[in-house]
Amino acid sequence: MLGYIFKRILYMLPTLILTSILVFALIELPPGDYLETYVNELLAAGETVDPQQIEFLRQEYAFDRPVWERYINWASGMLVGDFGYSFEFQLPVRDVIGDRLFFTIIVTFATIIFTWAIAFPIGIYSATHQYSWGDYGLTFFGLLGLAIPNFLLALVMMYLAQKWFNTSIGGLMDPEFIDKPFSWAKFVSVLEHLWIPVIVIGTSGTAGMIRRVRANLLDELRRPYVTTARAKGMTEFKGLMKYPFRMSLNFFIADIGGILPQVISGAELVAIVLSLETTGPLLIAALQSQDMYLAGSFLMMLGFLTVIGVLVSDILLAVLDPRIRLQGGISR
Amino acid sequence: MSTPTKSTKLEHYVNPAPFDPQSIENMTPEQEAIFLASQKKLMWWKFKKHKVAVFCGGFLLFMYLAILISEILAPYALETRNSKFIYAPPKALHFVHDGEFVGPFVYKFKRSRDPRTLKRLYAEDTRKPYPIRFFCSGDKYKFWGFIKGDFHIVCPPEKKVSMFFFGADRLGRDVLSRMIYGSRISLTIGLLGISISFTLGIIIGGLAGYYGGWVDLVVQRIIEVVQSLPTIPLWLALAAIMPVTWSPIVVYFGITIILGLVDWTGLARAVRSKLLSLREEDYVLAARLMGASPKRIIGLHLVPGFMSHLIASATITIPTMILGETALSFLGLGLRSPIVSWGVLLNEAQNINVVALYPWLMLPVLPVILIILAFNFFGDGLRDAADPYG
Repeated sequence: MLGYIFKRILYMLPTLILTSILVFALIELPPGDYLETYVNELLAAGETVDPQQIEFLRQEYAFDRPVWERYINWASGMLVGDFGYSFEFQLPVRDVIGDRLFFTIIVTFATIIFTWAIAFPIGIYSATHQYSWGDYGLTFFGLLGLAIPNFLLALVMMYLAQKWFNTSIGGLMDPEFIDKPFSWAKFVSVLEHLWIPVIVIGTSGTAGMIRRVRANLLDELRRPYVTTARAKGMTEFKGLMKYPFRMSLNFFIADIGGILPQVISGAELVAIVLSLETTGPLLIAALQSQDMYLAGSFLMMLGFLTVIGVLVSDILLAVLDPRIRLQGGISR
Repeated sequence: MSTPTKSTKLEHYVNPAPFDPQSIENMTPEQEAIFLASQKKLMWWKFKKHKVAVFCGGFLLFMYLAILISEILAPYALETRNSKFIYAPPKALHFVHDGEFVGPFVYKFKRSRDPRTLKRLYAEDTRKPYPIRFFCSGDKYKFWGFIKGDFHIVCPPEKKVSMFFFGADRLGRDVLSRMIYGSRISLTIGLLGISISFTLGIIIGGLAGYYGGWVDLVVQRIIEVVQSLPTIPLWLALAAIMPVTWSPIVVYFGITIILGLVDWTGLARAVRSKLLSLREEDYVLAARLMGASPKRIIGLHLVPGFMSHLIASATITIPTMILGETALSFLGLGLRSPIVSWGVLLNEAQNINVVALYPWLMLPVLPVILIILAFNFFGDGLRDAADPYG
């Protein structure tokens, strides 16, 4: 088991290195750099620009070095927890990211739990009542959730929440709690706001989830052992829950790795519309102003989160299913 | 024939009449049809059974045909502004005036202002019906940007009487007409994007599956990396690369390339695993023993084996692309006016005031939802039909 985990972690390294190269290439790709954007902004505002000062800044931030050198600087800095410097905020990237990444993780996990809580019962019902009206109807509602663009749903929900529950618009908490230390009241306020993004992001993933639960359970229900259990007089419910359901759980854990990028992706978009204090709004701002280290670190962090998620799901799967461990293979 | 006696053996008897095996094992005409049908026919039959998929396929066909003649279908031209009807709400279509059937007509709007909030108020003036004109000349347009014309299928009754069935936006432009024009971009962007990701997926996945070894390993790693980055941030990053100075049409192609570049991984993976598993099939071995070249084996025997699957799974990913474009444009990172797509139209509905005051600006979401549902059901049907023996 330990050997498997070790091997699996070793396997992660090339992925992470490739990811960092891809991310760096992405943030390098736009023509010009932050300083140019900055100079243009100053000029547009009618201020004078001292070329010497710009040259100094250029050297200071190593913009004059070749690309590979800057990459190595950035990548090796990340290993020791130094993510570079955000030009826009005039702060180290680590200080800018801080809480935001934490909130992203909170929203992501709440969403995954919500998706499971909805998709599980519906998937089981659909599988046991295959081709019934209930099956069709629920599948249709799931698809509807997939078809409605997240950002619009977020907007409408925000409006309704404001109208019916008088929740303040946007954000993950009431404005007075921002930058305050954690307290019970802040926690409650976060909960009050959290359900909107969670439902909005959750709806788009639920449809796929329902389908997969249904398909997996259907496969299991056709197995002979189910007939045996039924022949021996096991009640339908117990016969469902004791074996087929547990078998289909495997897929569930394997699915974490697949669902994570999707949820994070949705969370970013919704966060921009709802102006949540997560990574989304900052990421888009950083991309637009070419604040490259900030944008790059965000992308890298999101990629890292996913890779870790896949790792956890693989290890859990190996714990649950001895076949994977014994073959020594890697599940995905 | 002599009568058998104890001593003589029975003669070996063979009936000289011609034997038809079907005379014993008779197939009904239906069974025979299934037996003799080509794979394409089988797929078509199986697809036809999926009633919802057939309906959705028809709907999609209709929509794609409609974008060919957007200019004629739309009652107004794309940029026709009407300063008198800024933020006019959707107008109702009537048939009966004063208890008398008049045919389709609209009433004139009476405009006023809320004295306190200064909000524009519109009320129907029910004194006189204005019948809608059909097959008429109305706003001038350039068909596909070249041919001048003014023929429309429906036109507003008069210049001064508006016919905004889906309301008007902040410049008094007809939302319905803009949606019809927008479908041209929104519907084609998915198709172009999917053809890019399809090509990439088949080539890269095919290389990995065919050569195996280190090529396979490298491709696998790259796929893993692209998939580990959440799609929307990746789209955002790529979209941010496009300079603001690009002309709208270049941005349009840029967006399709972005959508395709991020999406090919799933297809490549499918192609690779299919190639790997099909390579071991008996019929491939048979072909190889008969001396067929790898090119012939792949082209003639392997590709047809999974092409239908690929097309089906590609159909299911088109909605993601349409939603992706909508999201990017909504955020202002995708297409910009004067190009109109559903995403660009929804960009107008970006703040909560719109939801509260002018909810009809959110109507462009309706075709988005319908198209995505249709593609999903259609793709489901295709996927079932792709394996007609199952």
